Amino acid sequence: MSEITFVDALRITIKEEMERDPSLLLIGEDIGRYGGIFGVTKGMLDEFGPQRVRSTPISESAIIGSALGAAMTGIRTVAELMYIDFSGVAMDQIINQVAKMTYMSGGAAKVPMVIRTQEGGGRGNAAQHSQCLEGLFLHIPGLKIVMPSNAYDAKGLLKTAIRDDNPVLFIEHKLLYAAKSAIPDEEYLIPLGQADVKRKGKDVTIVTISYMVTVALQAAARLAQEGIEAEVIDLRTLVPLDMETVLKSVRNTNRAVIVHEECRTGGFGAEIAAQIQEEAFDFLDAPVARVGAKDVPIPYTEPLERAVIPQEDDIVKAVRKVLYRS
Amino acid sequence: MISKIDSKMCLNMYEQMLTIRRFEEKAIELFEHALIRGNIHPCIGQEAVAVGACTALRPDDFMVNTHRGHGNCLAKGADAKLMMAELFGKKTGYCKGKGGSMHIADFQKGNLGANGIVGGGLPIAVGAGISIQNRRTDQVSVCFFGDGATNQGTFHESVNMAALWKLPVIFVCENNLYGLSTPVGESVSACNISDRAAAYCIPGVNVDGNDVIAVYTKMTEAVARARAGEGPTLLDCITYRFFGHFTGDPGKGITYRSKEEMDEWLKRCPIKQFAKRLIKEKKMTEKTEKAIEAAVNASIENAVQFAKESPLPAPEEALQDLFH
Repeated sequence: MSEITFVDALRITIKEEMERDPSLLLIGEDIGRYGGIFGVTKGMLDEFGPQRVRSTPISESAIIGSALGAAMTGIRTVAELMYIDFSGVAMDQIINQVAKMTYMSGGAAKVPMVIRTQEGGGRGNAAQHSQCLEGLFLHIPGLKIVMPSNAYDAKGLLKTAIRDDNPVLFIEHKLLYAAKSAIPDEEYLIPLGQADVKRKGKDVTIVTISYMVTVALQAAARLAQEGIEAEVIDLRTLVPLDMETVLKSVRNTNRAVIVHEECRTGGFGAEIAAQIQEEAFDFLDAPVARVGAKDVPIPYTEPLERAVIPQEDDIVKAVRKVLYRS
Repeated sequence: MISKIDSKMCLNMYEQMLTIRRFEEKAIELFEHALIRGNIHPCIGQEAVAVGACTALRPDDFMVNTHRGHGNCLAKGADAKLMMAELFGKKTGYCKGKGGSMHIADFQKGNLGANGIVGGGLPIAVGAGISIQNRRTDQVSVCFFGDGATNQGTFHESVNMAALWKLPVIFVCENNLYGLSTPVGESVSACNISDRAAAYCIPGVNVDGNDVIAVYTKMTEAVARARAGEGPTLLDCITYRFFGHFTGDPGKGITYRSKEEMDEWLKRCPIKQFAKRLIKEKKMTEKTEKAIEAAVNASIENAVQFAKESPLPAPEEALQDLFH
């Protein structure tokens, strides 16, 4: 057991998987000598050589498309998209090619690939380097979506994602890279589609994912001082989606607040709220609440960025509201 | 040049070209009778590119295809029965009825699938090239695309990447002179599409795309270069589609092509030209020609019969095959 950062957890996982599968390919911008802009692939080039660690030109479509071509022809591949915002450049390859290849071919194409990318605000990276876009991809059948909230989960989920025979969008959060978790020495995998209750509580269910788990846990700690016991569910993956864990909790607490960093309108919270009312309407003592970013691009300056991205206060207020406390 | 090529191979090429022609004529007819839905983008007139290029390949070589891809599919060894069944939307089709005309893939023959997005397949072919290089085999990856695709960013990203890493990829442009209705002269800034190769320091080769032997010869050189680890080649195969962009394009494209131009190209039919040459050079007798014609017609009838008799998928199959 050792305490390691999220970045180290990712790097160790990739290294272990590179050793396990001698054909596993890494492809992306600046992932070679530079080690990736967040350092995830540091040392990989020296250890595995330039054919398996392909540092590419700035060509996002070719990165994603060639990862797909390699995957379809028997080379399991992890592509790195430096910022999820850059998916805009590669959108055809992601939504028309990667996501559809298996279905369109009647199951004949096997696409064992992971697109590793990172998203989120909080660092003043402004509108084209801070977005959260999971909702966009959730709307495209054919992509699995994984969003770990801590180093431990990141390791177990990335292993599973790499070994999956389907395309997986693995979305990291830039504010989590330095966060540490205790990681066991022995290998472990976390299945996709299994939410994790990060805090037990009886009064309200907070459903969230990725960095917002950290914020939600802070809010839950504050709420506890007011005598409100919030249950915090970390979905961990959006596709597959573990609604069972969510519904079980809501049937117990009778109240739900969904928290995500992506824009509120059309965010995955809308889908979860809809499913809760479809499956657990009679259990609800209050309307399901959603906390999400305001519907504007992410502004640069700190007070405006904080005003747009959900904060601890926003979650606390939403919880009080569903409990009819002011 | 033709005299150097094995007679059997010549006859095979002729038979394949004719198969493509008859397959598509039949598909158009069935489309007009509403037995096939969606779109068909016929490659009639372009058969020499498909057959010339694929004859230079091995079954284990990879191929990435376009929306106008029936010819390339057949030339890469696809079974006309399973293709026709796919066009009929039947369960027995290559994609179990889920892909249709624009998405036929045949992995056993190295056919990684056709693409409904112009330029969408180029990066995929590059990825297959990476896969070959990393697995250290001597396969090659062939990417078919049209003249219009060379204006997409993916073309430039892909050729650059393949050239940079000396990947065994052959970029075969089926240059039929029009991107839907837009002529090459109004869309491509270069004088020739082959000139675009210079930007990536790879050979760019002009090919008479209506001459199957010319395509085969140039392709053979490009394939040898790729297998030897010398990197990609861009073949600019100039050809012409006798039909419109798709079934439903008025007057086979008369809104943007002159009658004179179309008639001129009809005279250069790749199949008629090749038959004439084969007979002249005594590689084929008229009797053999007739026998090939009969065999091809029978195989297409057989394919249609198979497709007609095949079952449609059950509605619940719509939810299958999303993930492995």
